[in-house]
Order: sequence, then structure tokens, then C-alpha cells
Amino acid sequence: MTGRVVLALAGAAALAFPLVAPTYHTLLMLPFMAYGVVLLGLNLLFGYSGLVSFGHALFIGVGAYAGAFLTGRVGVRHLEAMVLVAVVLGALVAMPVGALCVRYVKIYFGMLTLAFGMLFYTFLLKFYRLTGGDEGMPVLRPFLLGRDLGAIPKTDYLAGPYYYYCLAVLVVAAICMWRIVHSPFGLCLKTIRDNPVKAESLGVSVTRYRWYAFVISAMYAAAGGALLGPPTGNVDPTLAYWTHSGNLVFMTLLGGFGSFFGPLLGAFAFIYLQDFVMSVVPYWRLIFGAILAIIVIFAPAGLMGLFTRRRPAEVSRG
Amino acid sequence: MILQAEGVRKFYGEFCALDGVSLAIKPGEFVSIIGPNGAGKSTLINVLTGVLRPSAGTVRFKGRDIRGIGPVALARLGMARSFQLVQIFPDLSVLETLQAAVVSRLGHGTRLFASLRRDREVQEGALEVAELFGLSEKRHALAKELPQGDKKLLDVASAFALRPEIILLDEPTSGVSTADKTGIMEILVAASRRIGLKAIIQVEHDMDIVFGYSDRIIALHQGRVLADATPAEIQADERVVDMVIGRKQFSGRPT
Repeated sequence: MTGRVVLALAGAAALAFPLVAPTYHTLLMLPFMAYGVVLLGLNLLFGYSGLVSFGHALFIGVGAYAGAFLTGRVGVRHLEAMVLVAVVLGALVAMPVGALCVRYVKIYFGMLTLAFGMLFYTFLLKFYRLTGGDEGMPVLRPFLLGRDLGAIPKTDYLAGPYYYYCLAVLVVAAICMWRIVHSPFGLCLKTIRDNPVKAESLGVSVTRYRWYAFVISAMYAAAGGALLGPPTGNVDPTLAYWTHSGNLVFMTLLGGFGSFFGPLLGAFAFIYLQDFVMSVVPYWRLIFGAILAIIVIFAPAGLMGLFTRRRPAEVSRG
Repeated sequence: MILQAEGVRKFYGEFCALDGVSLAIKPGEFVSIIGPNGAGKSTLINVLTGVLRPSAGTVRFKGRDIRGIGPVALARLGMARSFQLVQIFPDLSVLETLQAAVVSRLGHGTRLFASLRRDREVQEGALEVAELFGLSEKRHALAKELPQGDKKLLDVASAFALRPEIILLDEPTSGVSTADKTGIMEILVAASRRIGLKAIIQVEHDMDIVFGYSDRIIALHQGRVLADATPAEIQADERVVDMVIGRKQFSGRPT
């Protein structure tokens, strides 16, 4: 019940945010919402399947570049089309990559995903004619629901219609993911995370289900990537760089991978903390490193772990 | 014959763990496999459950070659197993564990957007098994928080939730107090009748359990079948008593 109240309050706050908060803070919410979509997917792998990907920025890159291609090269400027194409491309790339990666677990899985991420990064960097190299590609302002909003100033566009568009995508993505983790499929993933040997003995194919989770998480990352491009108006290879993948893992740990909303809280905290720390000291990575160490040692359940306690009914000893 | 192995040999490098083992399980049988440590019991279970591929020989389940086909395919074919070292899903509740087995049996695992809570078939199937195994009171408890006996029971119960035709139990009462052993076996036998199980194969060290419940006993020694007979015949077989059971154990309480 408390959870529903908190969720309703968070929803109301998100709706009212552009109306009451300074534009600067509203604009900071845009990457939060894009990363929110990415992390919902990443946590299907991390929290629900027990696989830590260090290369998920690859799929953010796929999504972001798909959007840039559509607006710049193809002339399609509808954000719906950008997200859709990003999701489809993300799935297409994830199918072969995932088929190779999910055969491994733990550090081997992590390193293999990292390797694929770096391959894609290098591709973006070196295939200059196609990708624009280190300069990247421009992302033209997308149409929203078929409407060309080119006449209004950029900040008004981003802090108004674009904000609500991203919020809607995040809500739809969250509802879909909620259904996925509470479905029979979600239960199968949890069995694999907890004990793959036992899961197989019950007829649950470990590699098949891990592959499904990998592809779904890539689709989410690509959708998030498509939303990341328009606010900056440009995409570049750093989107697919391994430190970007590391940030995703950091956000998930910060919020707590053990709960559904943990990664969203992590993304929110990360964006605002990064903004605050960067404005105070130039060595923000040093501060973030220390924070990460503190979380891992003292609060492995992340920020969410500080707020939630397991309900007694759930651990009834009969 | 529901399960048949012929001339099964299994080598680990130079070492021969199984040396021409043949056995046949008929519908309706409760068969125990006994043998001292190193006799090849675990290897045999792993060969029969498709985990290990035999170096030579055939293994057939319902007439199909199941050599090395793996646990997932075998579970679909109708063979389930439990483990010597108890295997649970620590962070799942008793009910979720049983639901997972029912989801797998019904093939609902790829239902991505369906609600598990509203899947009546899965819910009822899991509850039925929980009741059968006396676990319904503890259905919301996390598996890791159960006492050892209940963990063992849950491991076995989840295998039963697959509604297999045949089940292989690797030491179903190991690590359980003597007082609980008979209770577990009684539950197990009752449950197997209820779900219409065709055959049970168990590996067991406790001779009271072996002689109390088996229709037939297969004694392994150094990778070979030393005897394959009824409990009464095994009782009368001096070689088996000397090499496998031991005089002290045997004078205990065979029935």
C-alpha cells in the first residue's frame, strides 16, 4: 500500500516537475528518463537473471545512432519511428551478440559484453563516412506524435513536449517490464539466477531464457538511447564507450538491483549527484569512485535498500 | 520397459566408473540402487538422467535414446530428478519454487506479459503439490529459511510438480534426521500414487529405507551390477551382504 502511495506521489511529482522546477532541472530529468528506460532493461539481466553486462552502452549507441540516421540521413523525424527502429535494431544486434555471451556467466559474461561494446565503439569511431567518426552525427529535432515543433525555442521544446513524451515512454516501458518480471517468464529467470542446475532439472533452458532476457534488455537500452540523442542534438561514439557501460552498472548498484524501482532511483540519484559534484569539484570521478566503494561495502542493496524492509508476511515461517 | 540401460560403460580418463551396467525398470516399480562409495551410483544416475554421455552402451527412456540429451529435454520427456546435495532456489518462496516447475510442465515459460498470479492452472498446480507434501503452511517462506528436512522435501516436491512418469531420487533422505526419514518416504509414496507416477528409482544408503520401500534392489560394486533382485533375495545373497550392505547394517532392521 505504502509503495502505491509513493509511486502515485512520484508520478504526480514527475507530471508537475516542468511546471514548478527551474528549466535547468527539468532538462536534467531528460537523461534520467532515458537512462531509466535503459536500466529497466538492464536490470532484467542484472537483478532478475544474475548477469552483469559491462557492454550495454553498445545498445544505447545502436539506439542513439539509429535515431540520428533516421533524422539526418533518411529524413524521418518522427520520434515514434526513431524509438521503434532503435528497438528493432537493438534486438537484431543483440540476437547474435547475446547468443555468444549468454553461454558464459560472471566475469566471462561481463568481459565478453565489454569486448562487443568496444568493437562497436571502434566501429563508430573508424567508419567515419558512415558514422561521422569522433565527431558523431547530428540529431535533428524530432516530431512528436506527428507534430513538427520546430517553431518553438529548443529549451521550451525539451522542457515541455519532449519531457512529457519521455515520461510517457518511461511509464510504458516500466509497465511492460513490470508485467515481464511478474510473468511466468520472469519466474523462470529468477530460478536461473538462483540455481541454474536446479532450473535445468525442472526443464527451464538456462541459455534460452538468458538469451531472451539479453535481447529484451538490449531493446530497452536501444529505446533509451534513441531518447538520449535529441536533447544534446548530437550522438558520438562515447555513448558506446565502456565507461558509459560502467555508469549503467553504477546507477543500478546505486539504486539497488534487488528491487524493481531501484535502478530508476539509481539513475535519478546518479544524474543529480553528478551534476552537483561536477559543479563543486573537477574530480567528480574520484568522488563517485568513493561512493561506489561505500555502496558495495555498506549498502549492497543500494539506496532502495535503505527505504524498504521485507514485509513479515513474505517471510512467514508458517 | 520404461527405462532401460544396456552395457553402459563410462570412463573418466583411464578410470572405469561403470563397467557394463545393464538394468531395466518396469512401470509400477520402486527400485533402489545401493553400493559403497565409489561403486558408480552417482555416475549411473548422471548417465540415466542424460547429464553424462556413456562411453559405450545404450540408455533408452520410453524407447527413445536419451544418451547425453541433458536435463531440460529429459524433463520434457517425463523424467525428473532430485539431488543428493539439496538443490533449492534460495530467494524464491516455497510456492514460487513449485510454480516454476508447473510453469515449465505447462510450457507457460514464454508467456512474457501474462500475469503469474492470475495463471490459475499454475497457481492450483503448485498449491496441490504443496499440500501433497505438507508444505502449504510454509508456502510463503523463502526456501533458504526452511529447515533442512523441508528443503529436501521442497527439492523432491518440485520434481514431482513436473508430474513426471519416472523420478530419480538421489539419496532422498540424506542429511535428514532419522525421525524425519520415514515421514519423507511416506509422503513421497503417497504423492507418487496421487500423480500417477510410473516408477521411482532411488539411490539410498539407509538400508531401513531401502528394504522398507523397494520392489527391487540393484547392488553396484566397482562399476558393475553385483545383484539385481527382490529385497528378500538380496537379503539371502551373502556376497551383497558382505560387499555392499555390511553385516552390522544388515542385522539392523531389514523387512
